[in-house]
Amino acid sequence: MDHLIGALVGAPLLGAGVLLAGGRRLDRAGHWIGCLLAAVSFALGAALFADMLGKPTGQRTLTSHLFSWVPVGGFRADVAFQLDQLSMTFVLLITGVGTLIHIYSVGYMAHDENRRRFFGYLNLFLAAMLLLVLANNYLLLYAGWEGVGLASYLLIGFWQHKPSAATAAKKAFIVNRVGDMGLSIAIMVLFTTFGTFSFAPVFAHATSASQAKLTVVGLLLLLGACGKSAQVPLQSWLGDAMEGPTPVSALIHAATMVTAGVYLVTRSGVIFNAAPTAQLAVCVVGAVTLMFGAIVGCAKDDIKKALAGSTMSQIGYMMLAAGLGPIGYVFAIMHLVTHGFFKAGLFLGAGSVMHGMNDEVDMRKYGGLRGYMPITYVTFGLGYLAIIGFPGLSGFWSKDKIIEAAFAKGGTEGWILGGVALLGAGITAYYMTRVMVMTFFGERRWQPAPEPDTAPSVEPGIEVHPGDLPHPHESPKVMTIPMIVLAVGSVFAGGLFSINSAFVKWLQPVTGHSEGHSPVTTGEVTAATLVVLAVGVALAWAQYGRAPVPVTAPRGSLLTRAARRDLLQDDFNHVVLVRGGEHLTRSLVYLDHSLVDGAVNGTAASVGGLSARLRQVQNGYVRSYAVSMLGGTAVLVAATLLMRAV
Amino acid sequence: MNPINYLYLSALLFTIGGAGVLFRRNAIIVFMCVELMLNACNLAFVTFARLHGNLDGQIFAFFTMVVAAAEVVVGLAIIVTFFRSRHSASVDDASLMKL
Repeated sequence: MDHLIGALVGAPLLGAGVLLAGGRRLDRAGHWIGCLLAAVSFALGAALFADMLGKPTGQRTLTSHLFSWVPVGGFRADVAFQLDQLSMTFVLLITGVGTLIHIYSVGYMAHDENRRRFFGYLNLFLAAMLLLVLANNYLLLYAGWEGVGLASYLLIGFWQHKPSAATAAKKAFIVNRVGDMGLSIAIMVLFTTFGTFSFAPVFAHATSASQAKLTVVGLLLLLGACGKSAQVPLQSWLGDAMEGPTPVSALIHAATMVTAGVYLVTRSGVIFNAAPTAQLAVCVVGAVTLMFGAIVGCAKDDIKKALAGSTMSQIGYMMLAAGLGPIGYVFAIMHLVTHGFFKAGLFLGAGSVMHGMNDEVDMRKYGGLRGYMPITYVTFGLGYLAIIGFPGLSGFWSKDKIIEAAFAKGGTEGWILGGVALLGAGITAYYMTRVMVMTFFGERRWQPAPEPDTAPSVEPGIEVHPGDLPHPHESPKVMTIPMIVLAVGSVFAGGLFSINSAFVKWLQPVTGHSEGHSPVTTGEVTAATLVVLAVGVALAWAQYGRAPVPVTAPRGSLLTRAARRDLLQDDFNHVVLVRGGEHLTRSLVYLDHSLVDGAVNGTAASVGGLSARLRQVQNGYVRSYAVSMLGGTAVLVAATLLMRAV
Repeated sequence: MNPINYLYLSALLFTIGGAGVLFRRNAIIVFMCVELMLNACNLAFVTFARLHGNLDGQIFAFFTMVVAAAEVVVGLAIIVTFFRSRHSASVDDASLMKL
């Protein structure tokens, strides 16, 4: 089975190569090739999964050495894969959700003339992400990491004719560079410390390294994770990344890209376990992002941006859990998988709504859509119930466990982190109810297109194109079927994982697991979560369900206005980083002009001046040369005589 | 007469010749002054030969005369060519190499 791992990565990579190099002649079949190869990858993953399940727990790790990538003296970097339970979980999520998103895109991008290129990029995205999670060493992981960055850049900027999309793609890429720098330095430090990139020897000797070094590595890995997973302070790219086509948002937010940071932290768990400071930093970043994303999600009127805030917040939960150490790793990954289902479902639902509403994204111009698109309504609704943690659905099982684990950290930290996680659950309920209610309930806030048979009652002088007005309709089957599958996953995945603690037992050999000593019982946590959940839903219902929603957004409080501007993240970045950078470069330019150039130009000028003086000597008169000769001779004679006298 | 006086005369002649080379512009006169300096040297050689009582100095004087004769041939030829091209015998006009 080992050699199948290479094929797992190879299939989507082949798809990307064929679709991108194939040119226009593949335009008619390109999207199906993309779907097929993603599905092949999923089938291989499923086969490997079945094989893995059949083995005893201790022998489930498969390795596959393809070739030596950079064999130079003591520096060895191999293209080698390692498939253990953690990688397997990711492989199934990436290829499974990825394939569904591919199929959905066939319908969503049906009218885009560059659909073939789009599928090529999607396949590239899958391949890079699979490389990332299957690598058995940090250098290959980094290659996948950068591949994900490239693919996200290409996909976010897919409609690059729109300046906003091109800018958003650049922003995502540049912000990610900051994180990538952290990861690359961490890898260099790891290599100088352990002399290898491979996971197994690094983790085996991790505890022998000094505490300070492990902390540095942990913090640098966290920086990398912050970039890819859109955690504070590198979160600013995620909202703008909504400029990409909606399936891309689903892919980035559910299956690939943002989960990479959580994977990195979990995979490097041994290092973090040995560096409590770095671990605490992961927790703090997770908790801050959790609140940050939730607050932003409450204020956005753009349905995709509200969901983006939600993703940020949910990834914050995962980071928080991953920072808790062995008590949290399993639940971080479990929430990641359930989140993959319901967030993909939510985004595909949002795409379906936009599809029917002429690409309108402002929720204030939706309303009452449940009768027009019943399948989207039901699947989105199930995703909504799952994300807020409605009892019995996926989010309930995974998120409650994270809240519980946060309390179980113990001490004051445990109470603070647990409290933040609990509060976050309430805010999640609030903003998701808001999205749900504004989109599907309430009265219509859009002007419907006239029926084709009735003559449009147009006031003279005002031109109304019937095509510009929305006439909401259910999306084609190719789009609704993936949504239904994901909705089923959102409903049952969490419960399935929790039967008999199946997921904990599955991942435990890789990540380790300990229960911790929670100061509160599971029952108390569940009760508290349900209370904040009910409060959040009730608040949102009172605000958006009972009262009519104004079509133009009210001015709102100071916090609302700040949250609409993403809590001033861009202003902060502009003032501190852009302005700061400008000042820095300006002063550097000044220093360069005055000091460096001054020294160089000064030397040149003084040499020039001296030469001009010396040139006077060369006056062209033979007599003056003769005088200098005579003078020279006289000096020589005098010197000789003097030496002799002495 | 004390032979040392010849040395004084030689130094005087050499100085006159040197001053002529440095201060005169006419190439012919500069050339003559060079000859004067050479002959001042010859006088010194001969005087030293007499003082030391051997013939080394006199032999050197002959060498000098031969070299001077050769130099006159080359030097005068240069001056004549120069005069032909420049219509001047002034050494200050030979400044083509100056910037």
